[in-house]
Amino acid sequence: MKKLLNKKNLFYLILTVVVWGVLFALSEGRVLSYQMRNMLVPIGVNIILAVSLNLIVGFLGELALGHAGFMAVGAYAGCLLIKTMSGLPPMLALVIGMLAGGLAAAAIGFVIGLPVLRLRGDYVAIVTLAFGQIIVTLLTNMKVTGGASGLKEIPMEANFTIVYIVMVVTVLIIATLANSRHGRAISAIRENEVAARSIGINITYYKMLAFVISAFFAGIAGVLYGSNLGILIPRSFDYNKSIEILVFVVLGGMGSLPGSVIAATILTLLPELLREFSDYRMLAYSIVLIAMMLLNASPRFESVKAKLNWRRLWALLKQKLEKKPNKA
Amino acid sequence: MENFLTQLIGGLNVGSIYALIALGYTMVYGIAKMLNFAHGDIIMVGAYTIFVAVSSAHVPPYLAILIGIIVCAVFGVVIEKIAYKPLRNTSSLTVLITAIGVSYLLQNLSLLIFGEQEKSMPALFHFDGLMFGSVRVPGETIITLAATVVIMIALTLFINKTKAGKAMLAVSEDKGAAELMGINVNRTISLTFAIGSALAAVAGALYASSYVYIKPTMGAMTGIKAFIAAVLGGIGSIPGAMFGGLVLGIVENLSKAYISTQISDAIVFGILILVLLIRPTGLLGKKRIEKV
Repeated sequence: MKKLLNKKNLFYLILTVVVWGVLFALSEGRVLSYQMRNMLVPIGVNIILAVSLNLIVGFLGELALGHAGFMAVGAYAGCLLIKTMSGLPPMLALVIGMLAGGLAAAAIGFVIGLPVLRLRGDYVAIVTLAFGQIIVTLLTNMKVTGGASGLKEIPMEANFTIVYIVMVVTVLIIATLANSRHGRAISAIRENEVAARSIGINITYYKMLAFVISAFFAGIAGVLYGSNLGILIPRSFDYNKSIEILVFVVLGGMGSLPGSVIAATILTLLPELLREFSDYRMLAYSIVLIAMMLLNASPRFESVKAKLNWRRLWALLKQKLEKKPNKA
Repeated sequence: MENFLTQLIGGLNVGSIYALIALGYTMVYGIAKMLNFAHGDIIMVGAYTIFVAVSSAHVPPYLAILIGIIVCAVFGVVIEKIAYKPLRNTSSLTVLITAIGVSYLLQNLSLLIFGEQEKSMPALFHFDGLMFGSVRVPGETIITLAATVVIMIALTLFINKTKAGKAMLAVSEDKGAAELMGINVNRTISLTFAIGSALAAVAGALYASSYVYIKPTMGAMTGIKAFIAAVLGGIGSIPGAMFGGLVLGIVENLSKAYISTQISDAIVFGILILVLLIRPTGLLGKKRIEKV
């Protein structure tokens, strides 16, 4: 067994704690503006969503367009439960609500997984899209969810620290899964389903595993989202939200967890920081999707990619830095 | 009974529009093996082109529709050349994400140009409709049905009788073999996109004349429903697209009338899931065995 506390893990541990400490100090010390402090929780929620969708899109290689639907199921289930638990300490209620929301979303993920696992490629996209749309329609038309005007008066308990903890745990679990035997099996399905089946990988089991885990974390993100805003509106979980999460994953790089974290952070902050930009947000998203795909997969852009390689740029930078002392 | 017949006729109207759009999906899917997510938004491009031509440039309606068809065909071909062609041999995930990107690009460009406000399309056809006993059939419905039937027959003849149409069949059967037989695959794919997009323009004109109001997001949901119609009829099959479109339109209209307007979308999507569970090749589709 490999040593758990090796150099790399220690580095990540320290980084995690330092980032939390700095952000916590900045926000408690009122260094960050009111607007920025309000952005911390949405950033965390979006990171959880992006990382969990990456498990399906990046590692399993299926396109799911209903991630906002899972988020909605979790959000409504969790927040409805939280509202009934006013006697408990608020934090405990939130944790129970998150678990319940996650489990509810996972259960729906299982139900959606049943038809999806029999389909291939394009059909998966359209069925998950359809499910997402059905969920929004149902939430809009049910009495218990408050209908189109939304579920109101949810206790607002989600603060930066709890979101941060949940986010770190989510990234940790998905990263561990991705690097494990199970994760390699999931990636093998992405590379070639027939070949994976022929070496004895249980396709149905692993597809379902990825789906359910992804839905579980999306549900938790939904509860945090609701508990942060205090109100849930069905419309905010439509197709556009699913596409937004997909853009985080695609921009960060499919199959790259640090990429998802960085992309979700930047794309959540950018529209807030640049008010003028927010009109063009969706336009920019669409261009990001097309450009990333063309740059990544088209043979025509191979030469551009070779020039714009991080490793090459890093090497160039190193060379320059090493040359300087010689000149002096 | 009268109400039922009226709803049925309304269903045939919207179903014909779905059928025309579904044809574009089916043809592109058959030949390029991709789900062209942006196809629905081509309807919107067509509708806005006709709107601008009629209301700002005061072009006569039939000429405006012709302009719309040409503009959409050009859009379809250009989109294929820029966005899809470079990705032809990559994974379907890559192509699909690109197609979603194109769909979003069209929607948001039109949102920036024309604004969020719904625009009301001037009447394109002046035809009062007919009375059958006590049931009135609106003029738009008659024109829509007639146009759809004519287009369907013309398309079937084109594909089965002309050289270019047979080339399309050959490419959808086996791209490599078709190329070896001297068929220009690139040109055939371009032609498919052009025809599909031209049909979408016609659908846009019929949609706008039936519903009057047009907006930048009008194509997205219509497109998805048309895709469901294509799947229902069996993707890759031209009679299937027609059949699937009509069935879906009637089911949608009847559930709107007798169950609930809000739930009708959920019912339509439910049909898709049921079809895929029970008969993934669609009602008229052929089963293909996957080879390694």
